[in-house]
Amino acid sequence: MLPLIAALVAGTLFGLGLAVAQMVDPAKVINFLDLFGTWDPSLAFVMGGGLLVNAIATPIIMRRKTPLLAEFFRTPTKHQVDKRLIVGGVIFGVGWGLAGYCPGPMLTSLSFANSDILTIVAAYVVGTLIARIALRAWERDRLSRAQRA
Amino acid sequence: MEIVNFTPVPAFIGGALIGLSAAFLLLVKGRVAGISGIAGGIILPEKGDVPWRILFVLGLILGGFIYQWMGLAPDLSQIQAQVGKGTLIIAGLLVGVGTTVGTGCTSGHGICGLARRSPRSLVATLTFMGSAFVTVFIVRHLVGA
Repeated sequence: MLPLIAALVAGTLFGLGLAVAQMVDPAKVINFLDLFGTWDPSLAFVMGGGLLVNAIATPIIMRRKTPLLAEFFRTPTKHQVDKRLIVGGVIFGVGWGLAGYCPGPMLTSLSFANSDILTIVAAYVVGTLIARIALRAWERDRLSRAQRA
Repeated sequence: MEIVNFTPVPAFIGGALIGLSAAFLLLVKGRVAGISGIAGGIILPEKGDVPWRILFVLGLILGGFIYQWMGLAPDLSQIQAQVGKGTLIIAGLLVGVGTTVGTGCTSGHGICGLARRSPRSLVATLTFMGSAFVTVFIVRHLVGA
């Protein structure tokens, strides 16, 4: 029960932060990305605030052997940059630039949902589903080929 | 370049709240607060650990409600999408595919990954930021000009 309440608290803080920072307004996001037009640097300050708190807290937290309410830390362990990371980043960037919505603001915007927000969230869910199914099949295929070899 | 609607103080406070959320999730659950990763595990679950993800996403929405209940300005209901339904669909699909293939978004790579000094997250963040800058430049200054 406690871990679930903690997840709810973490999500709530995150959503409140996005709303306070006005990152739920795609106009602000697109203006941040419009360096050569009407530039709004706010998003850089959001990332700066998040990074500052996190960069101080993360090393202190990671000195612990285990988290408070879980058996172990599940932070990503991969270090090499691969093609997949770049291809995914480029695709995500195009989608983000087109509408000004990344996943966090999109989901927090469900608190004042209208048909536009429901449309982009539905498309995001479908895109994620397609990619996860494709990656799963690709991974299985790679494993079975590795076994045969 | 013309600077518009710059709101550094709420941006920084909001960012710090996001950082606190990420630090709290790491301390308590040992997890990285990457929204696309957390949501992706609900959309097509891997194994078992779905409930905390659902509560985290419900929290995101609750955070938006709390902001509105506190009556803070600006009013969120005034916010409007900047593009039509067709573009919203394409953008949503691309964000879903891109964050899944690239294993992260603005939060997981951009805030948590950079704080952990992950080289992968640095490359990912520079890639999607660069791609988004180019996209907006093309849409606003080449096509829209």
